[in-house]
Amino acid sequence: MADLLNRFWQGLQFYWGDISYLTVQHLQIVAVSGVLAIAIALPLGVWMSRPANQRYAMASIQVLNVGQAIPKLALLALAMSLIGVGSGAAIIGLFVATLLPVAVNTYEGLRAVPQHLVEAAEAMGMTPRETLWKVEIPNALNVIFAGIRTALAINVGTAPLAFLVGGGGLGELIFTGIDLNDFGMMLAGALSTALLAIAVDLGCGLIQHAAVSRGLRMAGRQ
Amino acid sequence: MIQIENLNKQFGAVTAVEDVSFNVEEGQICVLLGPSGCGKTTTLKMINRLITPTSGTIRINGRDTSELDSVTLKRSIGYVIQQVGLFPNMTVEENICVVPNLLGWDKNKSRKRAAELLEVVALDPAKFLKRYPCELSGGQQQRIGVARALAADPPVMLMDEPFGAIDPINREVIQDEFMRIQRLVNKTVLFVSHDIDEAVKMADCVALFHNGKIQQFGSSDDLLARPNSDFVANFMGGDRIMKRLRLLRAADVVSKIAPREHMQIVGSNSGIAAHSHLIVKPGDDLRQVLSQLLGRGQDWALCNDSDGRFVGYVHQADILARLVENITPAVH
Repeated sequence: MADLLNRFWQGLQFYWGDISYLTVQHLQIVAVSGVLAIAIALPLGVWMSRPANQRYAMASIQVLNVGQAIPKLALLALAMSLIGVGSGAAIIGLFVATLLPVAVNTYEGLRAVPQHLVEAAEAMGMTPRETLWKVEIPNALNVIFAGIRTALAINVGTAPLAFLVGGGGLGELIFTGIDLNDFGMMLAGALSTALLAIAVDLGCGLIQHAAVSRGLRMAGRQ
Repeated sequence: MIQIENLNKQFGAVTAVEDVSFNVEEGQICVLLGPSGCGKTTTLKMINRLITPTSGTIRINGRDTSELDSVTLKRSIGYVIQQVGLFPNMTVEENICVVPNLLGWDKNKSRKRAAELLEVVALDPAKFLKRYPCELSGGQQQRIGVARALAADPPVMLMDEPFGAIDPINREVIQDEFMRIQRLVNKTVLFVSHDIDEAVKMADCVALFHNGKIQQFGSSDDLLARPNSDFVANFMGGDRIMKRLRLLRAADVVSKIAPREHMQIVGSNSGIAAHSHLIVKPGDDLRQVLSQLLGRGQDWALCNDSDGRFVGYVHQADILARLVENITPAVH
């Protein structure tokens, strides 16, 4: 273990320039694909949860499941064969892989809002839109955020594969390290990726903490 | 105030509500009573159009509600449900301000109103305005539920088994509390319940539902003493005559006729025996009075007003005689 840490530390010092440059690149891929996926999957989850659309919900989820069922590497290869080598292929592949958790959690989170709250909102004269924004979404936020955090963890952890389709990122250190049998280089890439995943999740947690009502947090602890 | 005429609701082939008509006067509490699935909740929900009637008219203050759009109508009617339905993501203040905000009230006006309403439901605004629903007991939550329904000062309140989920002891407390609030705000209230005691306690008029139809509409006393069918008599219970006790006050049976032994005591200038006798107030309900008399093994009580001035005597025999006044014999 001490040896491992030592080699990581040496690798970190030696490759610091690469790490900082590749981390930015890595984050760019994650951010673009993640934001795109959330921007599509959130409204999709909301749409699926509307009573009139519930019969399409299962079909939609199965379509999104394809993104999860296909191995991530194959997904990236497919994207590359469609739009060619580069970060574009990486972003598309990661985007597809990120959709499902966000959409499913949004859908399930909204459906889990107690029916009597929705009825109370309607009875007080809220329009369906007002009910969605003032009652349903605020009370489903914890579940929705759980989906976003899962999705981003998958995204950050899969993003090293982007290197294989010419997308750059911390995968460059990992795969090059493997190929050159340079353990320090590989560790520098792998552990940086892991730290990045933790940092992204912490960041999401902070946003979640700020976004979710204190009333719900307290109710959750009871 | 509320006039309902020939109201019908069909769900597919099922008739949930059939030809229901009744009127409720301003400031009255009308209880829609009946077993589960009798159409009482459907009727209630048609009044603020949570459910759209198949046919029939509902007038509030002479105005046909079908002329109003559904959202405007709902915002103008207070609504309280059994599960309370306070929004857990909002503070007490925000919950109370929901309808005022929807109506576009000035923020300060809504806040002032919220604080005012907490006073009405006897909760300290300084303590409760910023709390969340999860920090309140069931009874407190339902008080806030009532306050929220009163927020925009709607003339009509609909209450769907509001106290059904509260334990029996606290239910009595919150019922009394609600009656106190009602005396302050004087709303026209439609109240769904399956609890006869609750109906007897709170109702100015009762609509007893069965199979989607009103079986009998009248005062609680009408239903208890003069049921118009076997169904009504059975629903009100084998002890329905005894339930009338709750509707009667000591003042209803008070008499100036002194019991013989009391005259002797007074005659002998000794007030001691009088102190050992039960003393009741004119407003006490006869169920309590009779129960206490039976418990003490006495057959009369003294009735004094709140200043302690002598009003008269309450005789056990008069209570029993009063109970069977104006009853129709059981229909069979």
